[in-house]
Amino acid sequence: MSDSASPLAALRRTIAALDRGKPRWDSDFFCTGHGGLDTALGGGLARGRVHELVCAEEEAGAGAGMALLLARLATRADDVAPLLWLRLDAASRQGGAPYGPGLAALGIDPGRLLLGTMTDEAMLLQAGLDAVRCPGLGAVMIECRGRHRLLDLTASRRLALAAEASGVTALLLLVGGVPGPSAAETRWQVAAAPSAPLAGDAPGHGAFDLTLLRRRAGPDGMRWRLEWRATEGVFGEWSGGQGGQQQHGREGAALSGAVVSIPAARPAADRAA
Amino acid sequence: MVESVRGAMRLVCPDEDALALGLNAGMALADARAQEPGLAVFEADPHADQDWLERLCDGCARYTPIAALDGPAGLMLDIGGCAHLWGGEAPLASAVTDRLVRHGMRARHALAGTAEAAHALARYPAAPAPDEDAAIRRLPVEALGLEAESALALRRAGLRHIGDVAARPAAALAARFGKESVDALHRLLGLADRPLRPRRAIAAIMVERRFAEPMGSTAHALAVLAKMAVEAGDQLSERAQGGRRFEAIFFRSDGLAFPLRVETSQPIREPAAIMRLFEERVDSLSDPLDPGFGFDMLRLSVPRSEPLAPSQLALEGGKVPPQDDVAALVDRLSVRAGRHRIQRLTPRDSHIPEQAQLALPAVESRAPASWHRPGDPEDPPLRPLHLFDPPQRIEAIAQVPDGPPHRFRWRRTLHEVTRFEGPERIAPEWWRAADGALEGHGRTRDYYRVEDARGRRYWIFRHGLYGGETVRPDWYLHGLFA
Repeated sequence: MSDSASPLAALRRTIAALDRGKPRWDSDFFCTGHGGLDTALGGGLARGRVHELVCAEEEAGAGAGMALLLARLATRADDVAPLLWLRLDAASRQGGAPYGPGLAALGIDPGRLLLGTMTDEAMLLQAGLDAVRCPGLGAVMIECRGRHRLLDLTASRRLALAAEASGVTALLLLVGGVPGPSAAETRWQVAAAPSAPLAGDAPGHGAFDLTLLRRRAGPDGMRWRLEWRATEGVFGEWSGGQGGQQQHGREGAALSGAVVSIPAARPAADRAA
Repeated sequence: MVESVRGAMRLVCPDEDALALGLNAGMALADARAQEPGLAVFEADPHADQDWLERLCDGCARYTPIAALDGPAGLMLDIGGCAHLWGGEAPLASAVTDRLVRHGMRARHALAGTAEAAHALARYPAAPAPDEDAAIRRLPVEALGLEAESALALRRAGLRHIGDVAARPAAALAARFGKESVDALHRLLGLADRPLRPRRAIAAIMVERRFAEPMGSTAHALAVLAKMAVEAGDQLSERAQGGRRFEAIFFRSDGLAFPLRVETSQPIREPAAIMRLFEERVDSLSDPLDPGFGFDMLRLSVPRSEPLAPSQLALEGGKVPPQDDVAALVDRLSVRAGRHRIQRLTPRDSHIPEQAQLALPAVESRAPASWHRPGDPEDPPLRPLHLFDPPQRIEAIAQVPDGPPHRFRWRRTLHEVTRFEGPERIAPEWWRAADGALEGHGRTRDYYRVEDARGRRYWIFRHGLYGGETVRPDWYLHGLFA
């Protein structure tokens, strides 16, 4: 027994010595605000790690939204450290350009956002790596589209090591590709979920379906439906479902036909009143 | 050389042999071919010519910092105060011509007191004269650079040479041939001066290194550049300034020059930071820096600088403030990818959605703009996260032409609208239309926030009011919500 145990212990020591990064229990977490998700992950997502978000091509809006919101949560509330969003030329063509007023509406200050558009994947990953090494940044979001040939285990491990060294959280958004092996801390599948409707059956706050596909240390395969609450700046439990409509006081059916006059602040908000 | 002028191929630049055969510029190509069947003809490419001339001009910056382009085929160098470095004016002029001749150029040069006089003397053959003034007076009137009609009028009046014109009273000349003729004459005679406009503004801080032997390796040249960066950094700190833009020119021994420019978002003067940017720039060149037969001169200049307070040296364990960190990253990425690729969003006061923001290069450092969140804080986002510019055309079906959309097809996928809000009507900027015209300034858009059966949220609009502005309004998808 002792014969087999001592080489094993020696190996463990060697591996621990090789692992230059901080031990896992040292890293701090940022919580999403959604109770179930935070408890399942043991306090939230780890800061200074790589988190992968996978989404289908047609869910790119939800995927980018989720990644941005997580990037925003990864920095402390009073922090003004810039967020860097790196993407490809093709992403703007296929999925539109980031829009400041929309970011502001989600509760992300567009003045904090730095936007990088790169020509090819090699440049994107190189820029991403340089950015993750820069401790002054709040978080880095790297958006890859389609087949990402260069993003292999080596590239992913490089990103993870850089993130651990600098403490910058990296969010890797993979749109419409098959994710390969990676050294990311967690991997999520993101999709848009039907929102909890407002009065007059208007679309409500952004809702997301999150599936934990992979996790480095711990069980995976869980699924949550989250809703973003811009006023509090956290995610919350989805307020839709069966009784979703009844939660809002003003209940009424949508009017059919043309609605002409528009209030300045809300489009046709009072139409249901 | 031929060029297509108003549909006909005409000769532009016949060489000396062609001129000897009696061909001249402006002749139709067909006539020239009839006269000389074995004519070698090339298509004229004015852009390439201009590009080449600019490269030659950059190369001439080795002789004087004030080098300017002069018309389509001329270079103007202000050698005031520089000639003694080359052993006088004539050796300098022959050095320049030799270098041009080595490139296969045919060059004529002239030295004169004013730019116009040099320009005229280089272009119009004049009989040898004892001094500059006499030489100018012997030039033909065309040398004034006036329009062809004025020159012809001067000739008809019997004034063939500049000397004849100069002998007339200026008032009479101005009355008959216009004020320009007098101005041109005065400039030619050195009575009035017009400053040169150099291709590159002279920087306040400039460090130069000349090598006795051309340097064949780029790595060595960069090592020398690093030493020059230290020198430039010292000069900047003496002035309590930091550079926002740096330019390094690599002069090759065959007369070409390779300018490299880097820009920073904050004033810097640390040699290491400057060199990091230059190395990044060298790495990002699409065709690498080619030393050819070697670089024989390097120049580092700081065309743009800003005040930068003297900083205390970081003591042991001192840390760089995080903002500097991010600024350095922005600079590096901007140098590598191009300055327009790293951007910051700035709000713009417009209610037209695609004009409500500007994406400006992040190296043009400004204080981050303050954005206000539109609408009530309790509201869901009323503006999308991604905006398509231009909007994407969709096929939408509405129950009534001016009603909300029922379903729409975008990128070959059908979306059933389950929830919607709208319309939010956004009118075109009618106050910008010329003389208050109601037509021709765009159409009203009716925006809807819609959600499809799978929960994806879109921002779509109907272009034009049904019945008023159009009979068949088109639908467009303008944005994606998170």
